[in-house]
Amino acid sequence: MAFLSLIAAMSGSASMLHLRPVDLLIIIIYFFFVLAIGFYLKKFASTGDDFFMAGRKMTAWIAGLSFISANLSSLETMGWSAMAYQYGMLGAHGYLIGAIPAILFLAIVMMPFYYISRTHSVPGYLQLRYGEGARSVAGISFSFMTVAVSGASMFAMAKILNLLLGWDMNISIWVASLTVAVYVTLGGLLSAVFNEVLQFFLIWLGSLLIPILGIIHAGGWGKMMAAVQRNVAVIHPAVQNADFTSLWQNLGSFASNPMGIDWFGMLFGQGIAVAFGYWCTDFLQVQRVIVAKDLRSAQNGTIIGAALKMMVPLIVTIPGLLGLAVLMNSDGSPMVLVPESDPRAGITHNTFNDVLPLLMGKYLGPGLLGLGVTAMIAGFMSGMAGNVSAFATVWTHDVYKPLINRKGSDRHYLNMGRWSSVIGVLLSIATAYTLFFFSNILEYLQVLVFFFIVPLFGTVILGMLWKRATPAGGFWGFLVAIIFSISMWAFVHTFPHGYQPQPKVTLSHGAEVLLTRANAAKPGAISYISIESGALDLVNVPLFGHEEGGEFTVQDQPLYMREVAPLRKTAAPIQILAPEVVIADTREQQKFGLSAVPARISPGVKVRSTFISRRFDPAAFNPDHVKVIARSDKAKPMAVNMYSAWWSLVVCLLVTIVVSLFTRPKPEAELKNLVMGLTPLPKEEASPWHRKPLFWAAVVMAVFIVINIIFW
Amino acid sequence: MEEREKQIPIWFFIGAIVLIYGALITATGFLGWVSLPPAGTRVALWELHADLWWGLLLLAIGLFYSLKYRPRRKHRNA
Repeated sequence: MAFLSLIAAMSGSASMLHLRPVDLLIIIIYFFFVLAIGFYLKKFASTGDDFFMAGRKMTAWIAGLSFISANLSSLETMGWSAMAYQYGMLGAHGYLIGAIPAILFLAIVMMPFYYISRTHSVPGYLQLRYGEGARSVAGISFSFMTVAVSGASMFAMAKILNLLLGWDMNISIWVASLTVAVYVTLGGLLSAVFNEVLQFFLIWLGSLLIPILGIIHAGGWGKMMAAVQRNVAVIHPAVQNADFTSLWQNLGSFASNPMGIDWFGMLFGQGIAVAFGYWCTDFLQVQRVIVAKDLRSAQNGTIIGAALKMMVPLIVTIPGLLGLAVLMNSDGSPMVLVPESDPRAGITHNTFNDVLPLLMGKYLGPGLLGLGVTAMIAGFMSGMAGNVSAFATVWTHDVYKPLINRKGSDRHYLNMGRWSSVIGVLLSIATAYTLFFFSNILEYLQVLVFFFIVPLFGTVILGMLWKRATPAGGFWGFLVAIIFSISMWAFVHTFPHGYQPQPKVTLSHGAEVLLTRANAAKPGAISYISIESGALDLVNVPLFGHEEGGEFTVQDQPLYMREVAPLRKTAAPIQILAPEVVIADTREQQKFGLSAVPARISPGVKVRSTFISRRFDPAAFNPDHVKVIARSDKAKPMAVNMYSAWWSLVVCLLVTIVVSLFTRPKPEAELKNLVMGLTPLPKEEASPWHRKPLFWAAVVMAVFIVINIIFW
Repeated sequence: MEEREKQIPIWFFIGAIVLIYGALITATGFLGWVSLPPAGTRVALWELHADLWWGLLLLAIGLFYSLKYRPRRKHRNA
């Protein structure tokens, strides 16, 4: 019980939720189980093949569950719930057009090549098909990406545990990471797969009650959707006329949907470039199914994954929509959540990423809350474990073995795999703190996807389908597309004339204020604020009588501030953030955020004023440059990523084709089992129709089409 | 070559943990049913007692998996 007390003591007074002993017990049992599984599986990971490929003996169901669980980390569930809150039903595309056709393509077209070539990894396939150059680029970039995504997973977990329970972020990161390090180091991929399957059950059993109770609470599906469309006028005023409730019918123009995208960007950016890149060549995914016991299990496992993927919007998209429909303030107005980049985030407002935890707090009582929190922790840890095990494989087989030590024994590479698992975890922890630059957790993931994965898909697919593709073509196509992707990203965040963040005033803790409430339009709303004492932090806010920046104390005469401040092109409302202030006349403590309210600053108040103008800001998008990439200045970050992915794929294909036409191809004898037309597929044993991959792929495709029509 | 020990199926581990969670949540739900939680600590729709019936569902799933996939003693062949 001492351990329970220790964990309970970690809960700060500022936490949103209070865990009961039963919740803590449920969390502790989870940690006990995953560590026990790791120790139990150590004896089954005694060779390199066991550690890196789980002995190549997974059944279709385990491969399929692991395939989909590796993608169902809490980073995904929180991130896509945030997407649904931000973009409405369009958030479900990540599970439909953004997944299903690509997964089925992987199962039917690409899996035979991966499986028959007996490669350890996707970069390993590149080595066989194109040579060392392409493999090295892929191996190094993939190693970087897995560590980055794994760090994102840890960051998100620490943040949510801090928000929900008040747990210290550092303790959360280290406890979870070290647990992952122990079980992946002991059991390798087998351990990761076991925990992914376990996580699949926990995440469904811990999350499914939220949409069930939420829809009951909203009065049914129809009333929920009506409330969504009604509340977005308050929650997302900038896109209040956009349709939040459709999958396709709002994609006729850039202005009719909240993402600022059209059907072309959704279909080709999300549906082709991002989806095929992620599902067909992200080794984290592919590794789960190429370890199946035979080709048919690998294919059927992938198709099972596609079927399960279509169900995920139930626990991800619906909570995001519920956030728009049922999350209310105490006065009955819709609760407004903001992006991470918003100055009010975490001070006066919760963020988009908090929508799922807020719903957990709303609907889950003792016991269920413990299960929900455990599902989240499991999802984060499983996401990290998946990335770390993939990192260990790619590092050992595609970087260390070919570039550093070619002659090691199997035992040596097994030890290298175990050590690189530990190092992968440590690098992930270091990466976790870089996430503050991005407005949304998933956008961070998307950025990485279009940097590396999309070019990788272009290179692999040409290699598989076109025997004329040459080693030089593959290498240069891949490399140029990566550079092009990074350049596009830099381009949309560049401001040749300077970017000026929104004018903002932040009041220090304990500052004293007087508020005037005499607003004719909104009775009771604050119309004027007088800051009596304390300190102020001003960004891009000019004051009457003191227009330059610097640190100073207001002397004999008060200073005054307008409700708007001039920026380069326009005037912007000044935000005033008061995280914890005292009302001077009543001595009451309060926190609030205001916009466009004039203020008076009394003598004695300390002021620090800065005027910021940046040429590059990774958290801000230049609309003039966005228009070049995403065909509209209305494009939101997600739309920019989709179009960027599309252009990156186009560049990869073009460069690979052009360079291949001018360089020497590999002899056909060397391409056997690697390229379509030169790969004899193993004869399928006679089997009933209901075990054939093609039949099930057709069923899943038909269901996918019906879902799109229903929610058109 | 020495034959490897047979692995306990993943389904058994899943059954075991879900069974334990089901028991804990059902017990908590039952307590909440017989003695109502104080007004300030109630979640939305608490009157539906979701914890009780969800806990029972977990118990059923956990029981099924842990029984069906429980490790069995090996029979030595002659």
